[in-house]
Amino acid sequence: MAEVIVVTSGKGGVGKTTTTSNIGAALASLGKKVILIDTDIGLRNLDLVMGLENRVVFNLVDVVEGNCKIKSAAIKDKRFPGLSLLPAAQTKDKDAVNEEQMKKLCDELRDSYDYILLDCPAGIEQGFKNAVAGADRAIVVTTPEVSAVRDADKIIGMLNAYGITDHKLLVNRVRVDMVKRGDMITLEDMIDILGIKLIGVVPDDEEIIISTNRGEPVILNNKSQAGIAYSNIAHRILGEEIPLMELKDGNSFFGKLKKLFSR
Amino acid sequence: MMDFINKFFAKNKSKDVAKDRLKLVLMGDRGVSPEFLDMVKGEIMQVLSKYMDINDDELEFKLTKTDNEDGTAEVPALIANIPIKNMKGNRGK
Repeated sequence: MAEVIVVTSGKGGVGKTTTTSNIGAALASLGKKVILIDTDIGLRNLDLVMGLENRVVFNLVDVVEGNCKIKSAAIKDKRFPGLSLLPAAQTKDKDAVNEEQMKKLCDELRDSYDYILLDCPAGIEQGFKNAVAGADRAIVVTTPEVSAVRDADKIIGMLNAYGITDHKLLVNRVRVDMVKRGDMITLEDMIDILGIKLIGVVPDDEEIIISTNRGEPVILNNKSQAGIAYSNIAHRILGEEIPLMELKDGNSFFGKLKKLFSR
Repeated sequence: MMDFINKFFAKNKSKDVAKDRLKLVLMGDRGVSPEFLDMVKGEIMQVLSKYMDINDDELEFKLTKTDNEDGTAEVPALIANIPIKNMKGNRGK
């Protein structure tokens, strides 16, 4: 019986899609059956980030409208047995699906998977409502910037209003050098301000951009700090107690020097 | 003097500025919803009406901002103007 987890943030560009694809891949590599659903109708990207864009035939709207079976729309990721993707439609808009339909779809999928991950669109309109409708718990993604934290707060309030009280914070793109200088909001401050528990911290890492360029999940790269961070988060989703990793200072002078020699 | 300098430099860290600004803006975001204010108002009125009769028509109740004690920052403030018609005579109890 699958658990449905929505990955949401309010603000755009904080890393929801990257988070969804990597946590999904990490859970699948731990032997779980996982389906990722891109609920960002009209701005389809999860397939592209995962490198599955050439295999899209049917999409979420086709499934909801009954034009095809879930089985024929879900793309199996050959790199990770157990991982599937249901892509969003690119030519429709957010109103093409409603909350009832999403809830029904998630419930229909529960028996076939261990985890259903919903990649939520930015914003608080219909797309957000759709993604949240079928979810049991939420991962709220933010970055250490005032705008992202403010939006995360709004989203946490809305999740509570929707009855999703099991929500945890993922802080993305942390730069240790800036934290040390006192120029980046700290984890403690964010937890204090938002009053929510942490599920993980992902450092700002060039490898994310490089992996995404290639359409490969960063968890496949065992040199990537961000990859390790995402794997740790997957373990925590399974209920394991994994301490927060110590982030390395990759952007300082010595950090860069060290990186140069480790290549 | 050292205190002042320390405080000055500590506050100059951009992360602290960010935290202070966020706290204030969230106080507004979280608090100003009409439902929230109505809830607070309702409960305050419930307590007050045990002890006094209140003129409901001229009641004023709003969340606003004001300077803090040393005038260095704005803080949220709840301003209520509650005209009393009559104190209830339960002093002797």
